[in-house]
Amino acid sequence: MYGKGILEGLLVTLKHFFGTFIDDIRKGRKRYMTDEGVEYRRSKDVKGIFTVQYPEERLPTPENFRFVPFLVYDEKEDGTNEIRCTSCGICAKVCPPQCIWIEQTTNPKTGRPVPEPVKFFIDIDICMNCGFCADFCPFDSIKMDHYYEMASFDRTKTNILDLTKLSKPASYHAEIHPIHFAREEEIRRVKEQKREERRLAKEQRLNKFKSE
Amino acid sequence: MAEKNKITVPDELKSTVAVTDIQEVFDGNLIEKAYNWGRRNSVWPMFFGLACCAIEMISTAASRFDLSRFGMEVMRPSPRQSDLLIISGTVTKKMLPAIVRLYNQMPEPKYVIAMGACASGGGPFKEGYNVIAGIDKYLPVDVYVPGCPPTPQALLFGLMKLQEKIDNQKISETSWYDKENAGDPIPIPVLGPDIMDPKDFDKIRKQAKG
Amino acid sequence: MNEIAVVKSELEIRFPDAVRKDDREGFQGYIVEKESLVEVATALRDDFGYDYLTSVTGVDYIEEDILEAVYHFYRSTGGKELVLHVQTPRNNPVIPSLYKIFHGVDFQEREAWDLIGIKFEGHPDLRRILLWEGFNGHPLQKDWKEAFYVEEKKPFDNRWPEGKIQQIEELNKFGKNVRYPENFHDPESWKPEHEDLLYAGLLDLAEKTGSGLETDHVVINMGPQHPSTHGVFRMAVVVDGETITALKPVMGYLHRNHEKIGERNTYIQNIPYTDRLDYISSLSNNFGYAMAVEKLLGYTNEIPERAEYLRVIMAELTRISNHLWAIGFLLNDLGAYFTPSLYAIQERELILDIFEEVTGARMMNNYHRFGGVAKDILPDAMKKIENLVLDRLPRKVDELDKYLTKSELLQSRTEGVGVLTPEDAINMCAVGPVLRASGVPYDVRRADPYSIYDRFDFDVAVRYHGDTYDRYLIRMDEIHQSLRILQQALKDIPEGPILLRNPYNIKAPKGEAYGRVEGPKGELGFYIVSDGTSNPYRYHVRSPSFINLTGLEKMCVGQKVADVVVILGSIDIILGEVDR
Ligand code: SF4
Ligand code: SF4
Ligand code: SF4
Repeated sequence: MYGKGILEGLLVTLKHFFGTFIDDIRKGRKRYMTDEGVEYRRSKDVKGIFTVQYPEERLPTPENFRFVPFLVYDEKEDGTNEIRCTSCGICAKVCPPQCIWIEQTTNPKTGRPVPEPVKFFIDIDICMNCGFCADFCPFDSIKMDHYYEMASFDRTKTNILDLTKLSKPASYHAEIHPIHFAREEEIRRVKEQKREERRLAKEQRLNKFKSE
Repeated sequence: MAEKNKITVPDELKSTVAVTDIQEVFDGNLIEKAYNWGRRNSVWPMFFGLACCAIEMISTAASRFDLSRFGMEVMRPSPRQSDLLIISGTVTKKMLPAIVRLYNQMPEPKYVIAMGACASGGGPFKEGYNVIAGIDKYLPVDVYVPGCPPTPQALLFGLMKLQEKIDNQKISETSWYDKENAGDPIPIPVLGPDIMDPKDFDKIRKQAKG
Repeated sequence: MNEIAVVKSELEIRFPDAVRKDDREGFQGYIVEKESLVEVATALRDDFGYDYLTSVTGVDYIEEDILEAVYHFYRSTGGKELVLHVQTPRNNPVIPSLYKIFHGVDFQEREAWDLIGIKFEGHPDLRRILLWEGFNGHPLQKDWKEAFYVEEKKPFDNRWPEGKIQQIEELNKFGKNVRYPENFHDPESWKPEHEDLLYAGLLDLAEKTGSGLETDHVVINMGPQHPSTHGVFRMAVVVDGETITALKPVMGYLHRNHEKIGERNTYIQNIPYTDRLDYISSLSNNFGYAMAVEKLLGYTNEIPERAEYLRVIMAELTRISNHLWAIGFLLNDLGAYFTPSLYAIQERELILDIFEEVTGARMMNNYHRFGGVAKDILPDAMKKIENLVLDRLPRKVDELDKYLTKSELLQSRTEGVGVLTPEDAINMCAVGPVLRASGVPYDVRRADPYSIYDRFDFDVAVRYHGDTYDRYLIRMDEIHQSLRILQQALKDIPEGPILLRNPYNIKAPKGEAYGRVEGPKGELGFYIVSDGTSNPYRYHVRSPSFINLTGLEKMCVGQKVADVVVILGSIDIILGEVDR
């Protein structure tokens, strides 16, 4: 019969249309504005309405999510902040569109480079959110942010990130990347432990040497 | 007095209530409020995709993020019927004359959103020989949305920024009712040995002579 | 001796003067004297069975003062490649065109002319293709410098340790990424000429194919801003009434200088750039590029088992999401305004959720590395993939099938529209679904197996009418086949490491490599020449969308105007890949 295919197709649309209401009745108020509701709407069973109503509801950002990079600083017990970056320059070298600028200084007395950047810029109008800087940084000091609400009226003021805008505390890093943070801390702990052991062993040897 | 007449609105209804203070009605701000409220909730973007960001723009319009919640679902392919030009991707020299022409054809009031790194400042392809380092060198841009690509939610945030901008515009100051200063159309660049902006012709001539 | 070796020795016997082995370090194939190129190519096609010339490109060897054209021949029945190199002096770069023998070289020769400056003698319409007529110079020549030139190679020295931030436009006099040649005088007297040439060629064609009646030819320009062109693509169409008598695609509106930037980049820096080629299916682009470089580095057999599985899983998910998108927008072009595409995008969103969770981004995944992949799929995400692949997608694809396939409206708009015969398809180097819908069962995954595709049990989907309806159906079929592969891969995936090694700077040994994968749009190839440093000397993308467009004219002439949109939709182009 001519037109049968169309009718069958229309039935599919109809099913989609009623799916929302059936689901609404079944789930009640829990369906909207709750985490559970959002989770349901991205699960395999979702029927009917699919919309996540930003800004009231948000899709959760997965841990691996990357937007623009930020620099991590550690909050010391004495209240000072210590930026982890040593201005080694690896991120600037690996960055594909070359949007990282790092200024390094040398200590006038020793002539050796100071392990801290004087200036650090990322131009997010060039950055391609690739995550290479975070992947290759050997000191876990640059990470990819989850914060994406960055629209602005004037890009000259907001879109070149400098050291102040880039720096975020390690606690923030721990909050958005719990798994990675735990892994990094573990590695660091093991390293510290090894160093400590080595130091102790050395001391012992020295003591032994002295006592002899 | 002002405090007394103020109506407290619960947060989730803020976006739907235009007037919260009776005083505003007496001040004559109501027309402006209504005018802006009408405009902010019926911004029609142009159905115009340039590059990768366009895919995210389409995703934003599709069912998961659903632009129609903002009254923006009517994507018009014709510039004559649209209010908002979303520059969604890399602007190349070859495409630039067409974009400027499209912009000139849009009726006032018109807005431009530079979506993504490419449209704002050149993006990862900035160094390329056929890429324009930011559409704002040619068109006035209202909102910049960084990201490569901005996720649909980031774009939605940009659109909300635009609504904020519309909210703050005053009828008395807008340029589009001003017959004298309506503004000239933007000169359309020419494809020569490289792109040539008519505004630059003098400079080019000088350089060629010197 | 295997078959290819036989062919090779026979080729040498038959053309003793014209053909010699390419004995440069790391190179393969033959160097052919340009005078006898046409003869050799004809012999290859007719006598040796190499009837499928997929890639033509050029390389500028500035030190030897030559330009070289590189041809990759294949058999349409499958097998490895045969590479020909043809050299020509830089000051007079002329090479005979193969247009008469392989129509598929049409756009590729134009591209090589445009970007490298090799003149192909005998090409009927050798205009610039990606840039515009009148552009100054050939940008991929090694001594051509762009307006924002900083340094020959990345990483640039001015970024570290004295990274004084600056906008590169400030280096340029005009501040706008512009450069004018020395002898350019007056912008006012400049006459744009590019359009005239295009229209002249078009009207010529129209004369040939027209009805013979004395009617006016009307030229319609569809695009670059047209809702149906999937981006900034333009078709100049000549119509006689409603019937199309000639058509020429005009592209380059999204030419982002991928190859020039790619040659400045280091090897690893190119990975995120490949994401932006075919931005609907980033993961297969990554795959192709990683394979090509791995060939160069000699990693091919060392890649960890689990990494291979992860690559396949991601590539097949990409194929599904791409085909869903393509089907949705094909229906959009047919006038089913948005409902089918919304249904398709819904499933795509769920796949993108997985990509986001695993790779970190919805679209620009940047997932592959040389010798593995960047991130593992954690059990959580694996569960999601399983849910999707085993439960939801089969259900939803069937639903889409029920919704669309039998619809009489769809059938009457697409059946018999835009037919491409198998001979034409091969001759025009069509690839992917376009080729297979014409009845040629050529799929790189089977014809020249890479990665671990030889382990999976799947069929190469083929349809035989070559019309738009078949191109729609073949995408449906491929979704089913991809699901089959995924089901096997999810079952078999082993535990283990996912990455061989991951230094931030890799030096590749001298030589050339051509890596190709069967992307969702067809054969996606990367041709890389290395000079032994950490930046590729030549980096070329053989993009399926671009070359599939060669057949567009053939498919459209004789059809109605309204069908052009549908035919274009059925080829499924992505402008990022067409223009690069
Ligand atoms: S790689 Fe890490 S430590 Fe080195 S300069 Fe970059 S952020 Fe600093
Ligand atoms: S995310 Fe990529 S493009 Fe952005 S700063 Fe890091 S390395 Fe550079
Ligand atoms: S900003 Fe990134 S995603 Fe957007 S168009 Fe540019 S390269 Fe593509």
